Amino acid sequence: MTHTTSHGSTDLQLPRSVRVELTVNGQPKQLELDPRVSLLDALREHLHLTGTKKGCDHGQCGACTVLVGGKRLNSCLSLAVMHDGDEVTTIESLGTPDDLHPMQAAFVECDGFQCGYCTPGQIMSALGTLDELERGIPSHVTADLNTVEYSDDEVRERMSGNICRCAAYPNIVRAVRSVHEGGQE
Amino acid sequence: MSKFDSPAGINPLDQEKVLARPHARKEGPLKVTGQATYAYEYSADPDLQGTTYGYLVGAGVARGQVTSVDCSVAEAMPGVLLVLTHENMPAQGASDTPVPQEDDATPQMRSAEVDYYHQAVAFVVAETFEQARAAAGALVIEYDNRTAEGDYVLAEVMEDAEKAGSDEESKDQQVGDFAGAFRRADVQLDVTYTTPYQSHAMLEPHASLAVWDEAGEELTLYTSNQMVHWVHRGISKTLNVPQKNIRIVSRYIGGGFGSKLMFYGDAVLSAVAARTLGRPVKCALTRPQIFNHTSHRPATVQRIRFGADGDGRIHAIGHDSYSGNLPGGSAETASHQTKLLYAGENRLVRQRLSELHLPPGGSMRAPGEAVGMLALECAVDELAEKLEMDPIELRVLNDIGYDPEKGPERPFSSRRLADCLRRGAEEFGWEQRSAQPGERRDGEWLIGLGVASAFRGNLVKPSSATLRLEKGGKITVETQMTDIGTGSYTILGQTAAEMLGLTLDDVEVRLGDSEFPKSSGSGGSWGANSAGTGVYYAAEELRKKIAKAAGYDPKKAVFKDGEVWEDNKCTLLGVVAAKAPEPLEATVNATFGDLNKQYAQASFGAHFCEVGVHRVTGEIRVRRMLSVAAAGRIFNPVTARSQCLGGMTMGVGAALMEELHVDGELGLFINHDMAEYHVPVHADIPDLDVIFLEELDDKSSPLKGKGVGELGICGVGAAVANAIYNASGVRIRDYPLTVDKILAGWASRSGSQGR
Ligand code: FES
Ligand code: FES
Repeated sequence: MTHTTSHGSTDLQLPRSVRVELTVNGQPKQLELDPRVSLLDALREHLHLTGTKKGCDHGQCGACTVLVGGKRLNSCLSLAVMHDGDEVTTIESLGTPDDLHPMQAAFVECDGFQCGYCTPGQIMSALGTLDELERGIPSHVTADLNTVEYSDDEVRERMSGNICRCAAYPNIVRAVRSVHEGGQE
Repeated sequence: MSKFDSPAGINPLDQEKVLARPHARKEGPLKVTGQATYAYEYSADPDLQGTTYGYLVGAGVARGQVTSVDCSVAEAMPGVLLVLTHENMPAQGASDTPVPQEDDATPQMRSAEVDYYHQAVAFVVAETFEQARAAAGALVIEYDNRTAEGDYVLAEVMEDAEKAGSDEESKDQQVGDFAGAFRRADVQLDVTYTTPYQSHAMLEPHASLAVWDEAGEELTLYTSNQMVHWVHRGISKTLNVPQKNIRIVSRYIGGGFGSKLMFYGDAVLSAVAARTLGRPVKCALTRPQIFNHTSHRPATVQRIRFGADGDGRIHAIGHDSYSGNLPGGSAETASHQTKLLYAGENRLVRQRLSELHLPPGGSMRAPGEAVGMLALECAVDELAEKLEMDPIELRVLNDIGYDPEKGPERPFSSRRLADCLRRGAEEFGWEQRSAQPGERRDGEWLIGLGVASAFRGNLVKPSSATLRLEKGGKITVETQMTDIGTGSYTILGQTAAEMLGLTLDDVEVRLGDSEFPKSSGSGGSWGANSAGTGVYYAAEELRKKIAKAAGYDPKKAVFKDGEVWEDNKCTLLGVVAAKAPEPLEATVNATFGDLNKQYAQASFGAHFCEVGVHRVTGEIRVRRMLSVAAAGRIFNPVTARSQCLGGMTMGVGAALMEELHVDGELGLFINHDMAEYHVPVHADIPDLDVIFLEELDDKSSPLKGKGVGELGICGVGAAVANAIYNASGVRIRDYPLTVDKILAGWASRSGSQGR
């Protein structure tokens, strides 16, 4: 029996490149990109910001989480050309090894990672989560829609799109809680 | 060379000033800032900016032959540089099995034959990722499709299974008269459990970046791999390039769990393409390719038989495990731990292997025990119920201090199973458990408690390291050892610091590079103990050199606070280094004698779990978990605890959700992505507790520790399953324990009593 595989269309009449302007970590960036480039690959392969990770490229793991206009986004699921004019914030904007952002320091302190591959995504997602709670946006586990408050369960629910196969989950929740509590003082 | 062949005496590590204390990970700040560089990311380096992109194309059939590949359209597409198929691949070393074997050749596209679904059949290289991906999709590949001739379902072939092998793990155990003792026993249990195929699902895909020198003679391969010396030799044999011309770099690895013990198409094909093109090539497997192109944990069918007397003493114990693999592949040795875990003078333990034509089966976190304990520890729970005994008491009663086959002549080096069980029972509140299922409630939820023993054999491997005293008085450690999230950077630094009287900050640890001395690598929980022993012996040697250089008697020298002392004289290490005419360094290869033959060696523990099962929907929630572990000296309680959390969580996955589904017609794992292969997420996992019991195992290594990275997964799923039974009254012997099986269990019971 003969079996043939061919997955793609071959006669795509795509423009070879499109001009895209992004503001990445506060800096304006002008890029000429193949329209098929994901926002994730624009960051990793074109701007060489490899802190944002690719775990699945299908919106299934959260490793590529960045903030766009301050909100969490799986950057693999979005084409760069869709973000012309947008502000993108990545892990590289937070702190350096010698001068960590409080969330990064909390992850180190609480051992909120092992292999470290999901970690930039977890950290960006944690910042987005605390911000959503601050802005009163409810989730599936919010009991009273009028009073949205921090709880560990809110963090677990909201961050369930960030898979950690090393399973540092309890430590990640502890890290996020400590930053939340630090911010309350 | 230094050999560990008699029990460790008192040594400088016993000071425990740095070792056995909590330390944050040394490489932590790099990881949380996104600055740790994983294999695919080296092309950001200005020297490598001309790197091209490779895209692997996997076979679209499970068995057969590629009859033609039409590349004409693909080759004409923008940016395409090269299409490799079996027709234009250079000669490669041969392997007699499609299942990758440690450091052996692992050729790709060596012929037109297809042995399994998503085996590589083409590799497209282009200037950009998008171009390579599009061109890969434009290849027209024709097959002589013989998928229908293959076997893909274990249950259909197990009858013809053969002995799994003659190595220690695979060989049969036959002691006394199992059949007779089982027949005569007052209480008998005969149950069969099944466990499904599972995927490592580590977060970083397999990825490689290959760079050749201009002459095309010397290769640098950045690759995400747990075993630098295996991939080093294996790539050499595959490409027919001398090992000395190959450098492997694997500094950060985004999770392994066994998936990166071997190497796959990304590594071999990037290397071949880069040499052909004279340009660097990189390739990451796409997530959907990983599940079939690379390895998985094989499924098992396990029959367990216990014959006990009325008091609960086990007199007959039988465990048969069946699994399958491609020709030349090995078995999932799920009954191995049963040779050692419980007493019983009549024993029959067997592993059987059948030929299957699914993708290659391999090792996943705690191969053997992880799924063996899922079955064994539920069977023990079932036996306890038959005996009307507490399951902890039953385990303690059948605890045994020596190898039950060899007798008291082969004692365990250390074994605190009973202590783990008792301590856990106290801490977890085991007395709250009601022996009768379904008696505890919390609103709509039925609450149950479960327990299981934890057991993981202790392995050690030769490992070497270089320690160097730097000019400023600091120490550099270099070894091929890898850190896959296990904490190697940190604990090897702690070991060196303790030996030389320094702080952890005074030690720089460099790993994952074939330029460094060969090490054990990361696998089978052997890494910390083995690589640590390499560092220990190298440190001993360096201590002698430093003492001599300082003019002290090496036998009397003491290292503390950054100084070397003899009696009341002392010199700063920085001063010794500055004065030494040549750099002071020591490279030692540590090997291990036969202490693991003289003594049975394993890590032990106990897992406790509380679940809620919703009385209407059958939804299962893990509410609390505790693991108590006795694994020798715990080198770093922070990283060791994290390893346990990871194992416990993967065990919850095994109990509740993880399953690769076989499509028996197409011969492949059909749920091949992370949306359909479910692993635990934040919302599945509550806060988890881990307790380490104090223990030093002087027969295991000079560090007196034992493997801990896999102990956490061994048995934990059974504790979850036993808790589910205690809550719901439904005993499910077919993992994973999903809602549909709970509901079916309730439906099949006469009347739906108890909920
Ligand atoms: S890489 Fe974007 S969600 Fe996985
Ligand atoms: S730290 Fe490894 S996946 Fe989260």
